Amino acid sequence: MHSLLVEGMGVQNWTYILVGITFTLYIGIAIWSRAGSTKEFYVAGGGVSPLANGMATAADWMSAASFISMAGIISFAGYDGAVYLMGWTGGYVLLALLLAPYLRKFGKFTVPDFIGDRYYSKTARIVAVFCALLVSFTYVAGQMRGVGIVFSRFLEVDINTGVIIGMLIVLFYAVLGGMKGITYTQVAQYCVLIFAFMVPAIFISIQITGNPIPQLGFGGELTDGSGTYLLDKLDGLSTELGFAEYTEGSKSMIDIFAITLALMVGTAGLPHVIVRFFTVKRVKDARKSAGIALLLIVLLYSTAPAVAVFARTNMIETVSNKPYADVPDWFTKWETTGLISFTDKNNDGLIKYVANKEQNELVVDRDIMVLANPEIANLPDWVIALVAAGGLAAALSTAAGLLLVISASVSHDLIKKIVNPKISEKGELITARLSAVGAVCVAGYFGINPPGFVAAVVALAFGLAAASFFPAIILGIFYKRMNKEGAIAGMVVGITAMLLYMIKYKLGWFDETLPDKSEWWFGISPEGFGSIAMLLNFIVSILIMKFTPAPPQDVQEIVENIRIPSGAGEATH
Amino acid sequence: MTDKKNAKAYWKENIRYVLILMAIWFIVSFGAGILFKDALNSVKIGGFKLGFWFAQQGSMYVFVILIFVYVRLMNKLDKKYGYDA
Repeated sequence: MHSLLVEGMGVQNWTYILVGITFTLYIGIAIWSRAGSTKEFYVAGGGVSPLANGMATAADWMSAASFISMAGIISFAGYDGAVYLMGWTGGYVLLALLLAPYLRKFGKFTVPDFIGDRYYSKTARIVAVFCALLVSFTYVAGQMRGVGIVFSRFLEVDINTGVIIGMLIVLFYAVLGGMKGITYTQVAQYCVLIFAFMVPAIFISIQITGNPIPQLGFGGELTDGSGTYLLDKLDGLSTELGFAEYTEGSKSMIDIFAITLALMVGTAGLPHVIVRFFTVKRVKDARKSAGIALLLIVLLYSTAPAVAVFARTNMIETVSNKPYADVPDWFTKWETTGLISFTDKNNDGLIKYVANKEQNELVVDRDIMVLANPEIANLPDWVIALVAAGGLAAALSTAAGLLLVISASVSHDLIKKIVNPKISEKGELITARLSAVGAVCVAGYFGINPPGFVAAVVALAFGLAAASFFPAIILGIFYKRMNKEGAIAGMVVGITAMLLYMIKYKLGWFDETLPDKSEWWFGISPEGFGSIAMLLNFIVSILIMKFTPAPPQDVQEIVENIRIPSGAGEATH
Repeated sequence: MTDKKNAKAYWKENIRYVLILMAIWFIVSFGAGILFKDALNSVKIGGFKLGFWFAQQGSMYVFVILIFVYVRLMNKLDKKYGYDA
């Protein structure tokens, strides 16, 4: 009786229940942990434990793209998908070894704070604020869109309604709780999203390879008794259909190298990630929480390529060369959303899925690989609903983190430090909350009316971060002689080069049509150009520095001071 | 030892650790996962070609280990130089 009742509930009701419970939880946490001072609003009071900060960083970091799209992208890219896996995890090594401990010791609230003080210059601070806003806005628009898409797919509401619901939730807990509120909601969101990602992965790994650990399963043998390895089988299927071998990929080595580097360095330069390390108590906690964050991130990231292989094999086996009349339910269901489409070009009633675009009859959206995976594998309804709750947790946690960076950039870096230094503590807190409201509205606007280039630009936020912040911060810590002239010139040249390359080769605004790949400099794609722009930044910074005066003595002392971990006071104005 | 000398020696040891760990970071990802992928792919461990495994699994595991090794090394170093207060 009971199981009948449960089965009768359906995906829709399960989704309402799970999303309802998790949202109530987030709001409850926000009320419990609301911020009473600017210090709580910007850096959660500076007393977050390394474990909580690690979990919050992981949730902050893993966006709708990591949760929903990444496994799907890898599924279609094969080996090439490694750029995201290595790029988005390797950056944490840079953070832990080169940035986090020193920025924590420095003890301020924001990245522009560091740039402004270390380079003793309002201009440097303004350039940094501009870069922070540019990076965060391009990134957050994609998140709001992600929230809308998840809502519309699982709850069957309009995408715009979904965006507005998401805006209200984020508004509530980011404005009320500030960094303190989002830290503890992110802890909860990490738990939701990792559970939601792992459960279907484990089920499917058992089905296909008999191994409950997906990371091992994807290098294992198939359960069909043939003794064939899963990856060999997928390589075979891929070449049979005319695709590149799954484990080989198709991008050039130099481009793989450049993209991986740009993503690593970009990750380490993203303001919403860096700022999380201002919230812990001591320098050693900053190092440790970077380690915990990466461990928690790798849990999902090492599972994603396994999911990619399971999903691709499952999909090819289920639909390739099968009669269209016999397709399973999930196929028809996702067809109505437009994410799968089939045109019987040769009218033989069979689904032909091949690399050749002229002959191919099946188009599959990459997002399906995670969203429809539980259905493809016949998992219970509650697992499917769980994926919706997980996707929302991933999108909301990242959006909230970014909104906070935006509001702090406006209220702290612009208003308090430049426009009106005499503003009272209370006034600054009100300004911070108002800027958060403003930022949510702008993000929501872009979520509802996405300019055509948002999707293209989100991936490039990393390039922008790599080209601007990373060299300025690294040189600020490791090169005492680096001065304001060098750093400002480097940031301006780096971010300009990145923007120009992006506009020319990604958006195609300079030419009638988008230039061909063969025109890329050194064969490097716009996604990988962040590495080159970063190098340019380093070179320009050092050259200009050589011809301009050394920084004043007190700044050199600041540098000596941040290199020593003891006496990391609490973050101050 | 004076404060300044102490700080300098501490910084030097720190830089040495960072350089060694960053070299490993580079070797497992850009080395094994990208530049030497094809050569390593001739070795197979279970169903994995080794280069592919480093690119999609191994390098990430090494990254995690590197950070925790650094945490341990630095906690010791902080103690040695009296910066653990």
